Amino acid sequence: MSFPTVVFYVLSAILIFAGLRVITAKNPVHAALYLVLAFFTSAGHWLLLESEFLAISLVLVYVGAVMVLFLFVVMMLDINFEKLREGFWKNAPLAGTVGLIMVGEMVLILMSPEASLGSYKGAAPLAADASNIRELGRLIYTTYLWPFELAAVVLLVGMVAAIALTMRKRKDTKFVNPGDQVVVRRDDRVRLVKMAAVKRSEPVAEAESADQQA
Amino acid sequence: MNWADLNLVPVMPEIFLISALSVILLLDLFISDAKRGITYGLSLLTLAGTAALQVYTFEPYAQYTLSNMFVADPLASLVKLAMYGATAMILVYSRQYAADRDMFKGEFFTLALFALFGMNVMVSASHFLSLYMGLELLSLSLYALIALQRDSVPATEAAMKYFVLGALASGLLLYGMSMVYGATGTLEIAAIAKSIHGGSANQLLLVFGLVFLVAGLAFKLGAVPFHMWIPDVYQGSPTAITLMIGAAPKLAAFVFIFRILVQGLDGLTGDWQSMLAIMAVLSMAIGNITAIAQTNLKRMLAYSTISHMGFLLLGLLAGNEQGYSSALFYAVTYVLTTLASFGVIMALSRAGFECDKLEDLKGLNSRNSWYAALMLLTMFSLAGIPPLVGFYAKFAVIKAIVDIGLVKLAVFAVAMSLIGAFYYLRVVKHMYFDEVQDTSPIVVRGDMQLVLSLNALALLVLGVLPERLIEICVEAMKQSLTVL
Repeated sequence: MSFPTVVFYVLSAILIFAGLRVITAKNPVHAALYLVLAFFTSAGHWLLLESEFLAISLVLVYVGAVMVLFLFVVMMLDINFEKLREGFWKNAPLAGTVGLIMVGEMVLILMSPEASLGSYKGAAPLAADASNIRELGRLIYTTYLWPFELAAVVLLVGMVAAIALTMRKRKDTKFVNPGDQVVVRRDDRVRLVKMAAVKRSEPVAEAESADQQA
Repeated sequence: MNWADLNLVPVMPEIFLISALSVILLLDLFISDAKRGITYGLSLLTLAGTAALQVYTFEPYAQYTLSNMFVADPLASLVKLAMYGATAMILVYSRQYAADRDMFKGEFFTLALFALFGMNVMVSASHFLSLYMGLELLSLSLYALIALQRDSVPATEAAMKYFVLGALASGLLLYGMSMVYGATGTLEIAAIAKSIHGGSANQLLLVFGLVFLVAGLAFKLGAVPFHMWIPDVYQGSPTAITLMIGAAPKLAAFVFIFRILVQGLDGLTGDWQSMLAIMAVLSMAIGNITAIAQTNLKRMLAYSTISHMGFLLLGLLAGNEQGYSSALFYAVTYVLTTLASFGVIMALSRAGFECDKLEDLKGLNSRNSWYAALMLLTMFSLAGIPPLVGFYAKFAVIKAIVDIGLVKLAVFAVAMSLIGAFYYLRVVKHMYFDEVQDTSPIVVRGDMQLVLSLNALALLVLGVLPERLIEICVEAMKQSLTVL
């Protein structure tokens, strides 16, 4: 077995383990961290395929940005995951059986000699000076222009949807409009009350008159 | 790709749609809630403009552009025009409904147009990548639209269910696509067909991928056994959004299936025919029989949708031009009928009241005989009673499968339609023969009254004179099949 093959199997084993732990981990923070591990090992797979740019962008975008935000959300929300998982064990045997049968069938088909997966050769090695980014950029802006533009629209939809679903005007908010604050005039805030000067009276009467003023 | 070869004329409707959509998105920020009618008017104008461009750029043959990822053929043009019409009608129907439920916001219109753009992309895709992008665009917009009413528990539950199951189906679809890619080495639909016909593709891997593709497609269409989301989502969503899920996307899903199974995997017809047959039989049986037990009108119509999708699959599995064009006719007329039935539900609903139970229709005739008559037309059409258009649609599909010798399947389909007639006629019985329970007046905007009446009457007119539309469907199918 050549070195890249060994690396491939090691990475795959870690990836499958991490993927399983994502869905079985009790603590959601652990699950998110295992997802980070899964992304890292997939980036390793990209490197084996000589796609350095995709590998690094997977790490930067998913691990660096998406998963960190995700961790923040998981830590901020105080969700009782145990409660959510209450119905899990009731359905687990059936779901597990169906899943295992499906996996078994898929393995049988893909391992059969008729599928002849062995006849599929790996990608030819790239030249030493081949530039991943240039090739990717060339394809995205020429052949794959349409899907690329569509991906931009999908992101726009995501943005519109996220704003539409989360932005709400709360009734009890203490927000002050700075514009209103600046244009406020003295007359809006201060009321001058003209009162006739009176002689100092007894303490009881004073309290009464204060009540009347209020 | 050479820039000089870049032909953007066939893509003009899509470019106009997305540009106008972006303008509406920006303009809407400066419009106060009271003047939201401007956004509504602009959305309708956009639809009219897109439809005009669609007609203007129409060519009676298939045009490929954008590196063969976009195809503009008569089938796509026909279906797109139908989708523009359906979306415009939904906007008109839901104006008052949405305003009563605090949903009359800019996002309601922009997301609806985004969904339409996604459907346009799906319908015009000649490459697995653009097919998938269009599907995701549609699904994402729909998830957000369902959840737009955030304080409603059923709506958020429906959105969540749709989202999780939709993601699962997308995963199945992608896995199937990757298998087909592995077997043929290409994602372009025409090239896949060529590779299969050339015999160079690995048959086992192809069929393996096909299973996943069919499962994903059946989910999107809502055919048994991948139908469980439909009743919950139909019932939980606000009716305006239910209509957005139940009308135009069915057309898009039909073309989606046509492009993948017929145009791409033509060489595997024998394999997918039997898969579709099983799903069609189950859909018709479970859809019709479960619908009888429903007391909620929207849920009942959801099960009715499942059974109608079974009929649609029957047309597809006939595997010839006659079958495909009858399925196309079925899809177009089904969308028209759905629009009318949910339109009446929205007309009868008002602020704080949802007319979604069968009992709510009791004695409708004595409250307002016109709406009772419109509902009667749609129910008769759904049940397939002549001379309404639903009858011709069912007739054409059944004729197509009898012609290829599947008589047993045809008999089964007829029997299931008879069972289905029971619950459609029960609605009619409620409207005409039961005592009134709710006597509040029915107030409907004038424009909606007009469009809804025309919509329901079209079912009758098309039922009496179906030849023209059938001809158009046959012609569109013929052009799309000669490409192969």
